[in-house]
Amino acid sequence: MSEKKIMVDLREVNKRYGENHVVRDLSLQVYEGEFLTMLGSSGCGKTTTLRMIAGFEEATSGSIRVNGVSVENQEPFERNVNTVFQSYALFPHMTVADNVAYGLRIKKTPKAEIRERVAEMLELVQLGGFERRRPSQLSGGQKQRVAIARALINRPQVLLLDEPLGALDLKLRKQMQIELKRLQRKLNITFIYVTHDQEEALTMSDRIAIMNNGILEQIGTPKEIYEQPASKFVATFIGETNLFEGCVSRVSGSEVGVTLETGEATAFGERFTPGEMVAVSVRPERIRYSREPVEGFSIEAMIREQIYVGSVLKTIAELPNGNEIRIERLAGEKIPEGGRVYLYWEQDDAKLIHSRSHAIYDAVENMSFV
Amino acid sequence: MREKKSGGLSRHTFRSNTLPALCMTGPVTVWLIIFVAVPLLYVAVMSFCSIDQNYNVVFRFTAENYRRLADTNYIQIYGQSLLIAALTTAICILIGYPFSFLIARTKGRKKGLLYMLVIIPFWTNSLIRIYGWRTFLGTSGWLNRGLEALGLIDEPLDLLFHRGTTVLGMVYCLFPFMVLPLYTAIEKLDRSMIEASEDLGARRAATFVRVVLPLTAGGIFSGSIMVFIPCLGYFFVSDILGGGNADVIGNLIERQFQSGNNWPLGAALSITLILITLLLVKLYQKCGGDMESLGG
Amino acid sequence: MTKKRKKRGGSILSVIYCALVYLFLFLPITVVVANSFNATTSKPYLSWKGFTLSWYVKLWENESLLESFGNTMLIAIASTILAACVGTLAAVGMYKYKFRGKSVIDALLYIPVVIPEIVLGISLLTLFTNIHVPRGHLSLIIAHATFSIPFVIFNVRARLSGYDNSIEEASMDLGANRIATFLRVTLPVLAPGIGGGALLAFTLSIDDVIVSYFTNGQVKTFPLKVMESIKSGVSPDVNALSTLILLGTILLVVLTQSDLPGKLRAMAAERMGK
Repeated sequence: MSEKKIMVDLREVNKRYGENHVVRDLSLQVYEGEFLTMLGSSGCGKTTTLRMIAGFEEATSGSIRVNGVSVENQEPFERNVNTVFQSYALFPHMTVADNVAYGLRIKKTPKAEIRERVAEMLELVQLGGFERRRPSQLSGGQKQRVAIARALINRPQVLLLDEPLGALDLKLRKQMQIELKRLQRKLNITFIYVTHDQEEALTMSDRIAIMNNGILEQIGTPKEIYEQPASKFVATFIGETNLFEGCVSRVSGSEVGVTLETGEATAFGERFTPGEMVAVSVRPERIRYSREPVEGFSIEAMIREQIYVGSVLKTIAELPNGNEIRIERLAGEKIPEGGRVYLYWEQDDAKLIHSRSHAIYDAVENMSFV
Repeated sequence: MREKKSGGLSRHTFRSNTLPALCMTGPVTVWLIIFVAVPLLYVAVMSFCSIDQNYNVVFRFTAENYRRLADTNYIQIYGQSLLIAALTTAICILIGYPFSFLIARTKGRKKGLLYMLVIIPFWTNSLIRIYGWRTFLGTSGWLNRGLEALGLIDEPLDLLFHRGTTVLGMVYCLFPFMVLPLYTAIEKLDRSMIEASEDLGARRAATFVRVVLPLTAGGIFSGSIMVFIPCLGYFFVSDILGGGNADVIGNLIERQFQSGNNWPLGAALSITLILITLLLVKLYQKCGGDMESLGG
Repeated sequence: MTKKRKKRGGSILSVIYCALVYLFLFLPITVVVANSFNATTSKPYLSWKGFTLSWYVKLWENESLLESFGNTMLIAIASTILAACVGTLAAVGMYKYKFRGKSVIDALLYIPVVIPEIVLGISLLTLFTNIHVPRGHLSLIIAHATFSIPFVIFNVRARLSGYDNSIEEASMDLGANRIATFLRVTLPVLAPGIGGGALLAFTLSIDDVIVSYFTNGQVKTFPLKVMESIKSGVSPDVNALSTLILLGTILLVVLTQSDLPGKLRAMAAERMGK
């Protein structure tokens, strides 16, 4: 980590609109050549953060450095970062070539060089031959490529992308995800990518920064985020999970005993103390069940619903306390509704999460992410 | 972290929106106040003023001007003016609605052409067009000459200088102001609405009354406002075609300001006209009318 | 079969109906144009005395008529430019910024559109006499700009309703400062709205009778000249000038509204590209 150069450095950045505290004490380092995704639901502050880096918004407090230079007093047109807008923001009165050439024209680059670089850039985004078209004559995906070419031609130190694929249909989105990733590897430019689509984030990113209510919840590789969620919010936001609330009863090394409402369970985690309120997170695909009582830890539940989704059998089971548990397994025998089952899991599959008693977490818990 | 702000004047302070907002909206504000608000207020004040022997406006309060408006002659002209406006509006709707419907439902390039053909006549000076009607309809006009030549009439028809001719001129002048909002409203109408209604078993007449008419009512309302109100003021139409037999409120005002020279009385007449206008606009808004569509 | 016949019958009826309406609209214009070729020389120039082009020649000797036309053009151009500038700035400003008193401006804006022109005319007349603005070109330009400004604003506003604010941000993001952004992005994108508003303002101005009638002083515009001559009969050289104005306006609109300038620019670009 230490040998990597920091390209964008945010320190204790805050943004308030009057009473509204949109970004809170955000500190974040983005490395050179990295693909960092800021993930969160709408209103979590991710776009505001991006706009502060671009210069469209001013931070209320804190410092923003790009490539070691403080940019707080730089206007957007003075910063060597470029943005791909959610709406593409192509200039409707210009052709594709004029759109792409815009940044170079402003910089008074020689005409011959502009022509050459525009051609090269359009080739790169596979839009050779579209020079004369107007934005209104392009499809969504083509507009997207023009927007990317227009930003990249300026050879920015950082490319900011604000939900760039949001308006595309699913198939095109998947294709563009791969292309964007390939482009980023090829050019080795730092990408900061904002999205609310967790699957997109998992597919493309080197690291993901998860934001919630203006707070950075967790930053890490897709694997770390999925497998070691740092908070209940992250656990529920990334993929589906089942949370079992409980209290730490004993700690021996990294093995932690937790008293759940339904019995004593064991899980692994660091920095837990006895008596602490925790949640045990188990992914639906990690929960097993049997119709017969099993040895060791298990929870009794009742089958509510079973649905075949291709090769997977999705099950919803109800605990005695009324909580619903989601289970996924490879298709097998169906159990009639109301049937009694015993739920259990491998100790390694249970992740222990600190239970912070923030009102927001409770709010999040009531939301369902399917 | 916080001391960063104190170090020198951040250039961002110039992003404050006051200056650009002032530069952009200042001129229009000043303009509208000086040339719209102040003059109208002044007219309102003047309507309570008196005049001396030389017809100069004297700032002495009097309600006499408004008392004079209650004169039967004036009331008669008011009534006549409103009647002319109502007739003009009704005729514009009756002729304009099917017409707008037909051009709005035309397909392809022909539609643009038909639309332009409604507007082109209005690029010729309106006075000269009205005069064209006079040339056409007069006792020695082209219509009478033509009919005489064909042997259809022995004596020229007396077509000019009736209330009816004034209405004809008004309809002619204001017809596009009815067609344009109607056209916009009808064009916006989603064809699938009509299909849905027919699909649900409504016959054509029922579909028209229950679906098409309510959805295009906005166009009828704004068209009516744009026809009715100018009608009250278009004094030159009745001058040219009505021959002084079909005065509208506009003629009364014009006389007081030009020949009659009793400005306070003219001001009182104008205020009455403004009140009628306000009443109609309020009515229009109550019907769900959108102000924006009056200016398009 | 019967349904088809009914439909065809309906469409013939509707063609006839439209034709009648267009006849109504174009009849007086035909009269105006025809009379400009009328060889009659006696007032009130009503009876047809044969075809001549002489009025189109005599027109250029009628100095007071030409002067009135010059006045009309001068006032129309000046008031249109004024209205386009004030109106465009106002529309963009009111779109971008929220401020106190905005609704008041909005309400004031509708007054010149809604009140009968005669009221605007006499109110400006009283203002000009009261603050001693000499009535003439200046007062006419101010008066015409006053009724034109709202129309420019409404047109630009209509254009702004589909306007994506982020294109300005994109321009700045790509290195253009505020002024360059306004000139290279905002203005060109709004141009059709400004052009449409200006065209409307221009046509309103050259056709205006009522407001000019009260604010002109000694200056005669073309419509006022027509009004003056109506009592004694409009002479065919006025018709000739009207015909020429009609042709000129049609040409102007065809040039501005069809994408002709755009096509020319594309052609030029193509040639330069080669």
